[in-house]
Amino acid sequence: MFTLEARTLPSVRAMWLAPLAALLLTLLGGSVLFAAFGHAPLQALSVYFLQPLASVYGIGEWLLKATPLAVCGLGLALGFRAKVWNIGADGQFTLGAICAGGLAIACDGFIDAESLWIAPAMALAGIAGGMMWAALPAWLRTRYGSSEILSSLMLAYVAPLLLGWLVNGPWRDPAGFNFPQSIQFADAALLAPLHEGARVTLAFPVALVLAGLLCFVQRYTYAGFRLQVSGEAPLAARHAGYSQRAAVWIAMLTGGACAGFAGYAEVAGPLGQLQPSVSPGYGFTAIIVAFVGRLDPRGVVLAALLLSLLALGGEAAQMTLDLPAAISGVFQGGLLCALLACDTFVHYRLRRVYRKPAAHTS
Amino acid sequence: MFSPRRRQLLQFAAATPLAAAFASVPRPARAAFPKPELPLKVGYVYVSPIGDAGWTYQHDLGRKAVEASFGDKVMIKVIESVSEGADAERVIREFASSGYGLVFATSFGYMNPLLRVAKQFPKGIFEHATGYRQAPNVGIYAARYYEARYLTGILAGRMSKSGVAGYVAAFPIPEVVMGINAFMLGMKSVNPQAQVKVIWVNAWFDPGKEREAAATLVAQGADVLTQHTDSTAVVQTAEDKGAYAIGYHSDMSKYGPKAHLSAATHHWEGYYRRVVQQVLDGSWAPDNVWGGIKDGMVGLAPLHPAVPAEVGALVATKKQDIIDGRLLPFQGPLFDQAGRQVIGAGAKLTDDELLKMNYYVEGVVGQMPK
Amino acid sequence: MSLSGWLPILAGVLAAATPLLIAALGELIAEKSGVLNLGVEGMMLVGALTAFAVASGGAGYAAGALAGALAGVGLAALFAWLTLNCLASQVACGLAITMLGSGLSAYAGRDYVSRTLDGMALIPLGGGFGFDPLIVTGLLLTVLVWYFLQRSRAGLVLRAVGESPATAHALGLPVRCIRWAAVLFGGACAGLAGAYLAIDYTPMWVEGLSAGRGWIALALVVFAGWRPGRTLLGAWLYGGVGILQFHAQALGIAVPAQFLGMLPYLATIVVLTLIARDPLTQRRHTPASLGQPWHPHA
Repeated sequence: MFTLEARTLPSVRAMWLAPLAALLLTLLGGSVLFAAFGHAPLQALSVYFLQPLASVYGIGEWLLKATPLAVCGLGLALGFRAKVWNIGADGQFTLGAICAGGLAIACDGFIDAESLWIAPAMALAGIAGGMMWAALPAWLRTRYGSSEILSSLMLAYVAPLLLGWLVNGPWRDPAGFNFPQSIQFADAALLAPLHEGARVTLAFPVALVLAGLLCFVQRYTYAGFRLQVSGEAPLAARHAGYSQRAAVWIAMLTGGACAGFAGYAEVAGPLGQLQPSVSPGYGFTAIIVAFVGRLDPRGVVLAALLLSLLALGGEAAQMTLDLPAAISGVFQGGLLCALLACDTFVHYRLRRVYRKPAAHTS
Repeated sequence: MFSPRRRQLLQFAAATPLAAAFASVPRPARAAFPKPELPLKVGYVYVSPIGDAGWTYQHDLGRKAVEASFGDKVMIKVIESVSEGADAERVIREFASSGYGLVFATSFGYMNPLLRVAKQFPKGIFEHATGYRQAPNVGIYAARYYEARYLTGILAGRMSKSGVAGYVAAFPIPEVVMGINAFMLGMKSVNPQAQVKVIWVNAWFDPGKEREAAATLVAQGADVLTQHTDSTAVVQTAEDKGAYAIGYHSDMSKYGPKAHLSAATHHWEGYYRRVVQQVLDGSWAPDNVWGGIKDGMVGLAPLHPAVPAEVGALVATKKQDIIDGRLLPFQGPLFDQAGRQVIGAGAKLTDDELLKMNYYVEGVVGQMPK
Repeated sequence: MSLSGWLPILAGVLAAATPLLIAALGELIAEKSGVLNLGVEGMMLVGALTAFAVASGGAGYAAGALAGALAGVGLAALFAWLTLNCLASQVACGLAITMLGSGLSAYAGRDYVSRTLDGMALIPLGGGFGFDPLIVTGLLLTVLVWYFLQRSRAGLVLRAVGESPATAHALGLPVRCIRWAAVLFGGACAGLAGAYLAIDYTPMWVEGLSAGRGWIALALVVFAGWRPGRTLLGAWLYGGVGILQFHAQALGIAVPAQFLGMLPYLATIVVLTLIARDPLTQRRHTPASLGQPWHPHA
């Protein structure tokens, strides 16, 4: 019989070994799965993990897909450290897209190639939109004490309906044959690709800078310290006079701002217009990203890259190996469960419990 | 993945001003796309899983027909469940950059991503279903589903005792509205008092909701049901409730052995074979195809044995009339729901007017969501 | 409208509410023990497929429903192991479980999409009336859950664990075992709700059959303020709004679909706020340790 025992300090060795163990487990499981389909496991795994990165374009796509996950995940991780559970990043992402896109549509008549102000204005609008959608649960939590987990989740379902109404009605492209989508944004309103022919935009380096900034805030600033204390030891925080309300507001607004920016980067980047659905669940996947990244900004970026690679690998497996799309879902879900399980050993160690210690002395 | 919704295809095409504007790029000389090396690699991009019936299933039947006809000369790959967002462009580009000379993208939302990829790969050939923008290496295709809808309307009008049909619809885009109106006009042509009650479920795919809507329509007196959504739930509900059903996309008789009168079906086999042949011959040029029953792109599933021979004969005659061009479903005089005349006797709706249709014709019950 | 006009509407509302009700009751028990399981949608899908596979394989509807519930239990066990034994985040694990459940059911269910199945037969009451066994199961389950939570000693223990696991542990209660049981019960209910969709309501199997009902069930638990009776009312309300708006549409009344779609979620937020405003109600009904991992040696 084994039991878990809390470590006084997180184990550095386990920190490195846990993801490796999870990966190993998944690779083993994946091999069995692929072998069951009649594919050589090694070849299948290389299709899954290496083929997507075989070209510059592929690498660009990898970073592009990781960007919204990383940006949303970074904002969420900060909140989760303070034990503020914002799980509505998907709605904040959509609101960011709506506000940024709305600005581009409203200004379409009078912007030209010289209008350098439009891109930052849209970014700010996106951030404001995301913050607005996050402010509501923050206000309900601080004013009435209602759980932000649930109110932010509910708002995540309201946002796409709002977007659906906008693109079906007031923002529908007049020349678009009554299809529910907006006009395509003017070139000045779009984020230029980082590399000729690729699609990854400035938003990815912004994500990296953001990760660095959050690392700094968490480690070296008083505000970061207070946030962490109010998460890990709420009583101590209260004793020290740190405001719990401030922690909630900071955590929610940061999460909302990040998700809103990611929404902006998506519509001003690969989409280039508003359509009835702008997020295939980025905000939800970002929650997993935040935890797989252990709520550490560096880890979050790595986790976002991993999940993005899995999605790309799923497409490569369909194209090269004729594996059905559903198999990727199984593979991804399995890997996530393995990662979450293995991470236990960072904070806990296994200890053998002897039911009858006297009888079993060795 | 976590979205309860699933967006899907829409529909479009034809000589529209916009399409014309893009098509007015001077047509390339025939030699622009020389004979490809064999085997020709062909990619299909689907918006949903293939399943057993519905929009994507019919496209996949077309894909299989190509495989059967061309054997070793083609090598086909499919990517299913590609969402109509940032992923679509990557998947299409992945095909283009891996030497796929021909890519079929089968959903409206792939339009802009496809055009961007096509621009980067001028030597690749792209075919987009249901869009309205062309390019020198992008052809567009769709079918006149409304022709079959009109015929199934006649069938419904003759088989219904109450004179009320129920229509479960997904989203109010012109393709869906066109189908409702054609069905109404067909029904009215045999029963001037006929009504079509419409329920919008706001989802392409939600079998539970589709069933609820169908049951509601039966409760409100409809005894023939049809749908423009992507599951077989409406046909199954009709079977349960003892009503008649008319399938859509695919022949759904298996799901309603007693109920399924017929179905307005899509057929891409002939079109896909033709395009692949053209590409193999080096004779492909971008085109804008909006084919109807005459072209074999739309059809009727076999009629149920319970349909009287005389009704079957009527439907067959009308079908021949449509094929010969003697009958146009949207022929004047045409009145909208409020009784206003849309076009006068002898006039007909142009393709352009059809493709933008956003009103109900007389006899449809319900209000179009705005 | 006459009685005969209302009857089909009432029957429709009852039927539409059933999957929401069953899944929500299961989640309610799990949440009362302090565990937030966001994997309901995934467990529903796995339950739906398993039930359909068993029932369409000729084993009968009862076996199908049971198998669906067991499949839900299976996935819930993985969730319980991850969150209760490995102490991983409940929110992240719930989402991962939904991913896994959707993927598993989509993959394993590919051969079942073309199969057909007749809906479950009603149990006749005479006079042309009858009742659907699973709908009745949902209603009975409501009573059982209410009795369990409000009147039984075991229910009191469960609530104590959800309120303060540390105190419960100090009293010598097996906190982890109780939470395991609550999560497994939640999984069984989610699986059964999926089974109802697949073998009774629609009846069919297709990828993504539940179409977001698992998420609505989650909202419903909160909307009901963690009370079984209100869960029933809430499920009827959710189901009823859907059915009534279809009737309104067919009668020719314009329905603003998008705004109507927002209604359940907004209503949940309002109720959540109302509960939270009154500290006494909140203390009485909201499980205080919801979503927080707990470990005896932590």
